[in-house]
Amino acid sequence: MTALQLENIRKVYQSGEGEIVAVDRASLEVGDAEIVALVGPSGSGKTTLLSIAGGLLSPSEGRVVVAGDDISGYDPKRLTKFRRESVGFVFQSVNLVPFLTARENLLVVAEFGRRDKKKSAARADQLLGELGLDKRKSNLPAQLSGGERQRVAVGRAFMNEPDLVLIDEPTSALDTKLGEQVMELIVTEVRARDTAAVIVTHDLRMTHYADRTLNITDGVLCDASTS
Amino acid sequence: MKVALLELRRRPWRFAPAVIALVLLTVLLLVLGGLLDGLYNGFTGALRAQPGQLLTYAADAKLSVVRSRIDAATTAEVKRVPGVEQVGGLGVALVGAKVPGQATEASVALFGYERAPHGVPAPPRQTGQVYADTSLKAYGVRAGQTLLLGPTQYTVEVVGWVSDTNFLIQGGLWGNVETWQAALASARPDQVLAPGTYQVLTVSTAAGADPTRVAAAIDVATGGTTHTVTRSFAVDSLPGIKQQRSTFNAIIYTTFFVAALVVALFFALLTLERIGMYAVFKAMGASSGQVFGQVVVQAIVIAALSFVLGAMLALAARGVIPAQVPLQLTGGRAIEVAVGLIVMSTLGSALSLRRVVGIDPATAIG
Repeated sequence: MTALQLENIRKVYQSGEGEIVAVDRASLEVGDAEIVALVGPSGSGKTTLLSIAGGLLSPSEGRVVVAGDDISGYDPKRLTKFRRESVGFVFQSVNLVPFLTARENLLVVAEFGRRDKKKSAARADQLLGELGLDKRKSNLPAQLSGGERQRVAVGRAFMNEPDLVLIDEPTSALDTKLGEQVMELIVTEVRARDTAAVIVTHDLRMTHYADRTLNITDGVLCDASTS
Repeated sequence: MKVALLELRRRPWRFAPAVIALVLLTVLLLVLGGLLDGLYNGFTGALRAQPGQLLTYAADAKLSVVRSRIDAATTAEVKRVPGVEQVGGLGVALVGAKVPGQATEASVALFGYERAPHGVPAPPRQTGQVYADTSLKAYGVRAGQTLLLGPTQYTVEVVGWVSDTNFLIQGGLWGNVETWQAALASARPDQVLAPGTYQVLTVSTAAGADPTRVAAAIDVATGGTTHTVTRSFAVDSLPGIKQQRSTFNAIIYTTFFVAALVVALFFALLTLERIGMYAVFKAMGASSGQVFGQVVVQAIVIAALSFVLGAMLALAARGVIPAQVPLQLTGGRAIEVAVGLIVMSTLGSALSLRRVVGIDPATAIG
């Protein structure tokens, strides 16, 4: 089954009397357990495309299907529910809640989803264990290293058992060694759960972790490589 | 909601400015409310305690107990009116009282009564004996003491205590009719009353009788020489009562409004600071309602905590304010302030609703 299907996606912003085309007729299919890297320069439209795939933005034109559900016509309320249940995000600046411990940062996803508390706690502990954060789960983000924070963010993205994980510039704030460790971790987690992932990056050294790499320039998507 | 509570617990200093402001407003609300209650009770206690639904005044007294005089013939007329069950005479002498061992004179309202008010025993049999209102303890009055009333120093002995029976902020003393007449004659020799004359009549109506109709019938029966009103109307007609209440209430409502404003501004700023965090929450699937719920929960907890701290401060302040100041901190008033504060804080926090709803989850991703 296809985890993500983008068909002829167009995203246009009005600017005065003119238009800015952020994404232009982009089509993409990501299979289950497939990892796709999306690379491109700043302002090329990769984050916009990622936002559309994750239900954060609605396309001006085109069709978005995630795990068989066409979300293109969803209203904001249904998109919220979709994000809560079907997508996991790893944000560029990690964006952990500073006053919550590592474990609580994972559990907050369950709180918004009103999931079973016991099951959620067990899942959070399991994820943190897999991410090597067993002994750090009671620490606040400020007490964690950059890599540990990134790992917590990865754990949070998997907390709701998503069909699709969207990862925005996971290595931008990390040195090469740490960046590679984080990428390895992401790949391991994605593979272990048969989840599809789209990774936006401008760091070409990291693309070899993906099954496929797509280039986006001026909103136009093209296949760059296949691993 | 757990996130909101955890933030309060782990970052209490972030909320300190709002808590400090609300604590001070709570103290102000409790003290203002306490003064209002103290003044109201101090003014009206004696009338509120009267038995019967109606009070009959002389028509020309314009509902002033002090000016009113009702003679024996009029009292007899009143007793004959259909629907009237019981009638009792009441009189008051407003005088200064010298308390043994005290330099300052206490202002007292010495009542003579036929029918015992609520909470007051039957009139003492012995002339010169009185029950004193507990508020007079603040002036050094003790049971068994002899007080010297008025310029001629008419003596009365305190034989017991009653409470909430003051009149026009003067401590209530309750004796038999003869004691009142003697004290009045002693203080105002020009106003010696004829036997059987009172200032006001307390009237109880028969079961099933309409007090308003009975009041009208009494005034008709006395040829218009009386003005009979319900007890609550008489209380509200005391000089300055309505103005006092409306003035204090205006200040209290304004203070509640300021509390709402403080919370509104505080959370508006806090929401601005947290736009990034809320965008992440929304990106992870939190609804605007869930995010706004956190703001409301924090506003409610802050208001409740501020009330507790403010109430403790107000109680401490009560300890240092002179007992003569009519400040009454009551449970009812405290509940009113607590509820008002929480409601206004919730309303204040609602100002952030539009901003929270407007947060675009896409901003979380850059």
